[in-house]
Amino acid sequence: MISPAHYADVVTPSDTLTLESGSRIVMHALLAEEVNLIFGYPGGAIMPIYDALYDFKDDLQHILVRHEQGAIHAAQGYARASGRTGVVFATSGPGATNLVTGLADAMIDSTPLVCITGQVFAHLLGTDAFQETDVINITTPVTKWNYQVTDASEMAGALARAFYIAASGRPGPVLIDITKNAQLQQTDFEGYEKCSRIRSYRPKPVIRPAYISEAAALIDRAERPLVVFGQGVMLGKAEKEFIDFIEKADLPSAWTIMGMGALPTDHPLAVGMLGMHGNYGPNLLTNQCDVLIAVGMRFDDRVTGRLDKYATQAKIIHLDIDPAEIDKNIKATVPVWGDCKETLPLLTEAIQKKSHVAWRQKFAECHVREMDKVITPEQFPAGGPITMAEVMHQLNQYTGGEAIIVTDVGQHQMVACRYAVMNQSRSNITSGGLGTMGFGLPAAIGAKFGAPHRMVIAIVGDGGIQMTIQELGTIMQTGMKVKVLILNNEYLGMVRQWQELFHDHRYSFVQMSSPDYVQVANGYHIMAASVSAREDLTPALEKMIYHDGPYLLEIKVGKENNIFPMVPTGRSVSEIVLCKEEIRPS
Amino acid sequence: MKNEITITVYTENQVGLLNRIAILFSRRKINIESLNTSPSELEGIYRFTIVVLEEEEVVRKLARQIEKQIDVLKVYFNNNDEIIWQEMALYKVPADIIAEKVKVERLLRVNGARAVVIRKDYIVFETTGQREEINNLVARLEPFGLIEFVRSARIAIIKASAGIHDQILEFEEKLPGDTLTGNEFLNKHKEVVTE
Ligand SMILES: Cc1cc2nc3c(=O)[nH]c(=O)nc-3n(C[C@H](O)[C@H](O)[C@H](O)COP(=O)(O)OP(=O)(O)OC[C@H]3O[C@@H](n4cnc5c(N)ncnc54)[C@H](O)[C@@H]3O)c2cc1C
Ligand SMILES: Cc1ncc(C[n+]2csc(CCOP(=O)(O)OP(=O)(O)O)c2C)c(N)n1
Ligand SMILES: [Mg+2]
Repeated sequence: MISPAHYADVVTPSDTLTLESGSRIVMHALLAEEVNLIFGYPGGAIMPIYDALYDFKDDLQHILVRHEQGAIHAAQGYARASGRTGVVFATSGPGATNLVTGLADAMIDSTPLVCITGQVFAHLLGTDAFQETDVINITTPVTKWNYQVTDASEMAGALARAFYIAASGRPGPVLIDITKNAQLQQTDFEGYEKCSRIRSYRPKPVIRPAYISEAAALIDRAERPLVVFGQGVMLGKAEKEFIDFIEKADLPSAWTIMGMGALPTDHPLAVGMLGMHGNYGPNLLTNQCDVLIAVGMRFDDRVTGRLDKYATQAKIIHLDIDPAEIDKNIKATVPVWGDCKETLPLLTEAIQKKSHVAWRQKFAECHVREMDKVITPEQFPAGGPITMAEVMHQLNQYTGGEAIIVTDVGQHQMVACRYAVMNQSRSNITSGGLGTMGFGLPAAIGAKFGAPHRMVIAIVGDGGIQMTIQELGTIMQTGMKVKVLILNNEYLGMVRQWQELFHDHRYSFVQMSSPDYVQVANGYHIMAASVSAREDLTPALEKMIYHDGPYLLEIKVGKENNIFPMVPTGRSVSEIVLCKEEIRPS
Repeated sequence: MKNEITITVYTENQVGLLNRIAILFSRRKINIESLNTSPSELEGIYRFTIVVLEEEEVVRKLARQIEKQIDVLKVYFNNNDEIIWQEMALYKVPADIIAEKVKVERLLRVNGARAVVIRKDYIVFETTGQREEINNLVARLEPFGLIEFVRSARIAIIKASAGIHDQILEFEEKLPGDTLTGNEFLNKHKEVVTE
C-alpha cells in the first residue's frame, strides 16, 4: 500500500503534460465551469482543497457560512435566483452529514448543485477512521448522482460529469466525495474538458411530433381549457415560450408554488395559485375544465388533493422533461415528453388562435368570492393584531413586484406565496417539496449573491428563523444586503392550525418563545426593529426597504390566524373551503 | 393484482449502482425476490435480473425511476410468459442414502440432477430449472435427509428482445433515436386515456 505521505510525492515526469495536485484540478474545474462562488466550511479532510483555494481566491469567492446546512441552502438560493449551478464545500463526517437535508431539498425541488466533500484517505475507508462516514451511501437517495474520487487521475472527469449532470435535463444535486490522498496526489493533467454527453444518460427525451399534434387538436377543441404550470417552465428557461403559448389560445393559467413567478402574477391570463392553500378559482375549476394542460409540474399531492377525484372529467396533456413523471400520479391522455423550451413553441405553432372569454369569466367570479370571504378581510382587517396578509399587501407597495421573496416553511410561506406580487421570473424561492424549516435565511443570502442587483427579502416564521439563525453571522461577515422579515405569531403556526382544525384544538407543543430578535440582530451588528402596532407597520417596512444594508424586522402578528382557502387533506380540490365553518367532518 | 415480474436492467459497470437501484425498491417497501448481476452480450455492460412480486403499474413506475439513474442504460420488465428463465440449485445429500435407496438415485436422475461432488460422506447434486421443479425436488428429498440446499437467483432471456446491440449503437450516437425513447406506454397511450 502506498502511504499517504508517499502519494504527495508521486511524480511522473512528462514533456507534454503538467503535473497538478488533485486539489488544484478541482480549482481548474471550477474555473472552467465558470464558477466564481463557493459556499462552504472547512475541516480536516478537505484541507488540501482549501489550501489550493488560497491560491485561487481572487477568482473564486468563498463564503464562510456558520453551518453546512446554511452552505447548501445558500447554494440552493443562489442557484434558484441565478439559474446557475450552486457549489458547496464541506469536510468529511459531520460536515458531509450536515448537507443531507439540503441535498434532499435540492433533489425534490430539482435544484442544480455540485457539492464537494472531503473524505478520509482511501486506505482508511471502511476502518471507522476519524470523521469517516459513508457519505456516498448516505447521500445516494438524495442525489441525482454521486461519486467517490479516490485517485487524482479521476478528478477532472468526475467533476466534468458532475457539472454536466447537475445542470442538464431535470436538474438536481450531485455530490463528489474526494479522499484526502486524491486531493494531495499529483497527477498528469491535460487540461479540463467539459462533459457534454454520457452514454447511459439522456437528459432530454426525444420529442414526438405525433403527440404535439394530438395535444394541439385537444387544445383546439377545448371549450374550458386550463393550464397548470410549475417550476419546469423556469428550469427550462421557457418563460417567454410559455406566455406565447397561453396568449395564442387565450388559456387561463394557474401555478404551483414552485412555478410562481414564471408568469407575472398580474398577467391577464394568470388565475392564481393551485393546491392546498391556493386560490379558490383554479382549484374549484380544475374539476370543471375539459382539457387540463400541465406544463413542467409534477402533480404533487399538495396540488392535486385526492387523486381519484382530480380532474377526472378532463383530458390531460402533460408536458414534462422527465419520463418518470408522466403517469406517476395522474394519467396523461397525451404525454408531451421533452424540454418545454422546445415543446411549447411546437405546440404554439400547432394550435389555433382562440378566445375563451366566458370561461375565463368564471375564474373572475371565483376571485370575487375569494376577495370577499378571505382576501379583503385578511389584507384590510378592521382591527385586532396585524395580519400576515396585511404585511404582504404593504410590502408589495414597496417591491412593486420586483423583489425576490425567499420564504421559510409554514403559514407565513403560504401567505407570502398567496399574496406576493411578482413581475419577474425567479422571484419566488421557497422549499416546496421537502418543506424544510430553516431554509429561508440561508437561501436568501445565497439568492442575494445570485442576483445582487435585486432586492432580496426573506420572509420567515418565529420557528424557522430559530433553526438557522446562526446564518445572521454570514450576513454580518459578508455584509450582504438581505432583508429579514420575521412574522412572529408565537406559534409553530402551520402545525397549530392543523391542531385547531383537525385535532380538536389540542395544542400539543406548538407554543414557541423567541429571543429578543432586535438584540440578537444587533449582536451581529445588523440593524433591526420590532413592531406590533398597526400604525408602526408602514414606517417600519419603509425603513427596512430603504435601509442601505442588511436589516431585520420582526413583526408581531395575530397568534391564531388561519390560512384559507384550504383543501383539507384527503379531499378533492373542488371541496376547497374558504373558512373554518365550511369544513365538513369527513 | 400482484404478479411475478422480471425486471432486466442494462447498466454501466459502476461501484454503488447496485445500491442506487436496490434502494428504489426498499423505498417502496418492495421485497426483491431474486437478484442476479452478470455481464451482458456486450463487453463492459452489465445486466441485472431482478424478480419482484408486484402490480404491473407499480413496476412500470419503478422501471422509469430505475432507467432515470445516470448509469442505467435500459430497463425492461416482463411477465413469466414473456421470458425464458432458469434458476440453479445445489443439494447436499448423505452418500449412504444414495447407496442404499435406489429410488433416491432415480428421483435425482429423473429430475435431471447432476452430481457435482461425490464424497464418502455426502454427494452434492445440481439441477437447473424453474422454481417449481426445484421446490418439488427439495420437498421430495427432505425425508431422506437433505443436509444443505441453496438456490441461485433467476436469470432470464426476454423472448421478444433483440438484445441491446442496436440500442447501444444509438446510445453512442449524439442524439437518441426512436427505440431509445421507445417505451411501451408511449406507443400505447390510447389505452390509458382517462375517461
Ligand atoms: C407547507 C407547504 C404547503 C404547500 N402547499 C402548496 C400548495 O398549496 N400549492 C402548491 O402548488 N404547492 C404547495 N406546496 C409545494 C408542493 O409541495 C410542491 O413542492 C410543488 O407543488 C411542486 O411544484 P412543481 O410541480 O411545479 O415543481 P417541481 O417539484 O420542481 O417539479 C417540476 C416539474 O417540472 C419538470 N421539468 C423540469 N424541467 C423541465 C423542462 N425543462 N421542461 C419540462 N418539464 C420540466 C420536472 O420533471 C418536474 O416534473 C407546499 C409546500 C409546503 C412546504
Ligand atoms: C425541519 C422541519 N421540522 C418540522 C417541520 C414541520 N412544520 C411545518 S410548518 C411548521 C411550523 C412553522 O412555524 P413557524 O416557523 O413559526 O411558521 P408559521 O407557520 O408560524 O408561520 C412545522 C413545525 C418542517 N416543515 N421542517
Ligand atoms: Mg410562527
